Amino acid sequence: MRFRDEYRDATAARRLADAISGLCTRPWTLMEVCGGQTHAIVRFGIDELLPPGLTLLHGPGCPVCVTPVEHIDKAIEIACRPNVTLCSFGDMLRVPGTKGDLLLARSQGADVRVVYSPLDAVAIAGATPSREVVFFAVGFETTAPTTALAVWQAKEAGLANFSMLVSHVLVPPAMHALLSAPGNRVQGFLAAGHVCTVMGFREYEAMAARYRVPIVVTGFEPLDILEGIHMCVAQLERGRAVVENQYSRSVRRDGNGPAQAIMRAVFRVIPRRWRGIGELADSGLGLAEAYGDFDAERRFGTVAGSEDVPGECIGALVLRGERKPPDCPAFATRCTPDRPLGVTMVSSEGACAAYHRYRGVRAPSPGARA
Amino acid sequence: MCLAVPGRVLSVRGDDPLMRVGRVDFGGVVKEISLAFVPEACAGDHVLVHVGFAIAKIDEAEAARFFERLREIDELREQPGRRT
Amino acid sequence: MTPLRTFDLTCPVPSALEETVQLAHGGGGRAMKRLLDTIVRPTFSDPELDRCHDGAVLEIDGPLAFTTDSYVVRPLFFPGGDIGSLAINGTVNDLAMCGARPLYLSVALILEEGLPLDTLRRIVVSMREAAVAAGVRLVTGDTKVVDHGKADGMFVNTAGVGRIVAPAPIGPSSLRPGDAVIASGDIGRHGIAVMAAREGLRFETAIESDCAALAGPVLALIERGVAVHCLRDLTRGGLASASVEIAESSRSAIVLDEAAIPVREDVAAACELLGLDPLHVASEGRFLAFVAAGDAERALEVLRDHPVSRGAVVVGRVEAGPAGRVFLRGLLGATRTVDMLSGEQLPRIC
Repeated sequence: MRFRDEYRDATAARRLADAISGLCTRPWTLMEVCGGQTHAIVRFGIDELLPPGLTLLHGPGCPVCVTPVEHIDKAIEIACRPNVTLCSFGDMLRVPGTKGDLLLARSQGADVRVVYSPLDAVAIAGATPSREVVFFAVGFETTAPTTALAVWQAKEAGLANFSMLVSHVLVPPAMHALLSAPGNRVQGFLAAGHVCTVMGFREYEAMAARYRVPIVVTGFEPLDILEGIHMCVAQLERGRAVVENQYSRSVRRDGNGPAQAIMRAVFRVIPRRWRGIGELADSGLGLAEAYGDFDAERRFGTVAGSEDVPGECIGALVLRGERKPPDCPAFATRCTPDRPLGVTMVSSEGACAAYHRYRGVRAPSPGARA
Repeated sequence: MCLAVPGRVLSVRGDDPLMRVGRVDFGGVVKEISLAFVPEACAGDHVLVHVGFAIAKIDEAEAARFFERLREIDELREQPGRRT
Repeated sequence: MTPLRTFDLTCPVPSALEETVQLAHGGGGRAMKRLLDTIVRPTFSDPELDRCHDGAVLEIDGPLAFTTDSYVVRPLFFPGGDIGSLAINGTVNDLAMCGARPLYLSVALILEEGLPLDTLRRIVVSMREAAVAAGVRLVTGDTKVVDHGKADGMFVNTAGVGRIVAPAPIGPSSLRPGDAVIASGDIGRHGIAVMAAREGLRFETAIESDCAALAGPVLALIERGVAVHCLRDLTRGGLASASVEIAESSRSAIVLDEAAIPVREDVAAACELLGLDPLHVASEGRFLAFVAAGDAERALEVLRDHPVSRGAVVVGRVEAGPAGRVFLRGLLGATRTVDMLSGEQLPRIC
C-alpha cells in the first residue's frame, strides 16, 4: 500500500534509531499523546530500538479509554429501550460500564449495531423511520467533524428519529493538564497527527512557549514516529522548545478548514469529565442549540454524574503516563482483555491492551537465551 | 486513536460540496468515501481516510521531502569529526 | 390463482404454492418427504442415502478419524462460496488434519421457516459439488425446520469419518523443537470476503473466500513420506488462534516471522481499513503444517504442486519454550507476543 509500506522499511528504521542514539547526550522523557501511536510503538517494538536513556510515556490519547463511565451507562440504558437502535463504532462495545457493556446488552436483546461511519447510522435512521436511531459519538477532534456532518445531514433530511449521544473530547486541554500537574516528567511531546490534520497546530505554539516543551506533530507509521522522536530530541539537545511538523504530508498549520467549519456550526465547547483524569474545563464537545433536537440526552434524559471507582485498576495513572502497564500488580494476572479491571485493558488503543497483546506476560524472547 | 488510512481517489460525484463523495481505492479494496472535507481532491489524488471521510489530501511533495530528510540525517552522521 | 391460506398455529398446513420452507417440511410427514425426494436426495445422489434408512451402513477397515462441525455463517452466500461448500470443506479438512483420507459425511440441516426453496436448492447443489471435488460421499442426514427468526436462514452441521493413512500420529504431541511451520498459502481471504458481503460495511472488492478442500495436498505429503508432525487448518481466529492452540497443546513455543507470512495486498488493505489484524482473520482453505526441519524443502515442493497450496511458505519454527507461547518477529526486528483475541474481532476507528 502506498503511503504505508514505505514508512515501515526496516533499514530506514534502524538508521533513524541510530541517528537518535547519536543525538542523545543525556536521558530524556517524551510522551506520545495518541493511543494509535502507542499501539504502533508497542506493536513494532519502536521503544526497543531507542537508546536506554530515552523514555517514552504513553499519553491519554485514547478517546475510548477516557470516555466517562456514565456515558457508557447511558448508552447501554438507551440501547435497552424498546424500539431503539443504538449505533456505535466497534471500539466501544466491550468498554465496561458500571454493570456490563454494550456487547452484553446486545446479547440480552438490545439492538446494538456496529457501524464503520457515522453516516451509516444516518442511513439506518432513514431506512427505519419507525425506530429511534441513536449514534454514540465518541472520539477526538479527528472524529468530531464526521459526526457533525452526520447530524447536519440528518437535519437537512428532516430525520426526526435520529439523535446522537455526544462524548467527544479535545486534546489540548489534556496536554495542559499533564504539563501543569506537579511532578510532570514529560520533557517533549509527540502530538497526535490525525487530530492535527483536522485542527492544525496553531494552538500548540503558545503551549510550547509557556511550558518550554518541544511539541512535534507526528504521524503513525514507524518511520513517522522515529522521525518525530528524532526531531524532538534534536530540539531538547539544543535547548529549543517550539512546535514542528513531522507529519507534513497530511498536516498543515491551519488544519482542515471545512472540517473545522462544520464542527463550529454543530458543536459548542463544554466541560467534560475524563475517565481517570477528572473534569477539565473546555475539553469536550456538545451539540449547539441549533442542533439541540438531535441531542440524545434531551430525548432520553441527561447523563447522570458518577464517581470513578477504580478498585485495583491503575488505568488513571497509566493514562497520565505516571505508570506503565507492567507496573500494575494485576497486569496480565487478574486483569486481562477477557476480564478487564479497567478501560485501558479493554480498549484496543489502551496502553494496557497494547502491552498485553504484543508483550504478554514478560517472558524472555526466544533466542535471547543463546 | 484516529485510525486513518491512505487511499487513491478513482472517481468523484456530487455537486454540493458537503455531499461530494468519491470511490477510493485502498490497495485493491474500493469504498465510497465522503469528500466533504477535501473540496480540492479529484480523481488521481491520494487522501487520508477516517471513518468513511477524507480528512486531508496527501501532499506528495511533502512525502518526498520526508525521504530527503532521511538522507540528510544519514549524511550528517557520516560527516568526519562529528560525534556519533 | 390465490394460494390457500389456513391459520392453524399448532399444525401448519402446507400451502398449495410452495416457494419457501414451511414448518411442515420438518414435521416428518409428506411435506418433508417431498422436500427430501425432490431436492435433497436427487442432488446428493448417493446409493446409501437412497436406501432411506435411519443410518448409513458402511465398511471401513483400520483406524478412523471422526469429526463434526456446525456452520452458522451469515450471509449464506459470499464471494467464493456459501454455507454449503463451507460445511463440506470444513469437515473434510478437519479429517485431513488428522492425517485421514476423508470418506463419508452426514449432513444435518436446520432450516428457518420462510427460507426460499431456491436458496435451499442452490446450497444443496453446492454441497454436492464440494463433496465430489473432495472425493467424499454424503451418506446420511437430517432436516429440521424452526420458526421464522430462529436460524439466520439456515444452520448446517456436518460430521465425517475418514481412514487414518498417516504412518505416525499427527497431532500436537508429535511436535519437536526445530520443526518448520509452513502455511499453505496467503491468509485472511475468507474473513474479509464474508465481511464485505455483509450489509453495513459496503466495500467493493475482488476478494473471494479461500474455502477449499485440503485433503489433496495433505494426502500427498503423507504419500511422499514427508515427516509431518502436526497439521491445523486455519478457521475462526486465523493464524494466531491456530498457532496458540498448537503451542498450548504441545507445550512448546512457536516463533513466526512477520515478513514471511503471506497476506495479499487487498486483504491487507481491507484489514487496515477496518482496523483488523490479518493474523486473526479467518481463512477456510488454508492450513499449517509442522514438519521436521530437514523435510521443509520437500514439503514445500509437494504442496506447491497442488492448486490449493501453490503459495506454501515457511512462516516460522517450533522451539522448546517458553511453553505454550507464540512470538512474532516483527518487520523492524523486534519480537512481540501473539495471542488469541478474547472475543470476535470488531472493526475499530481507533
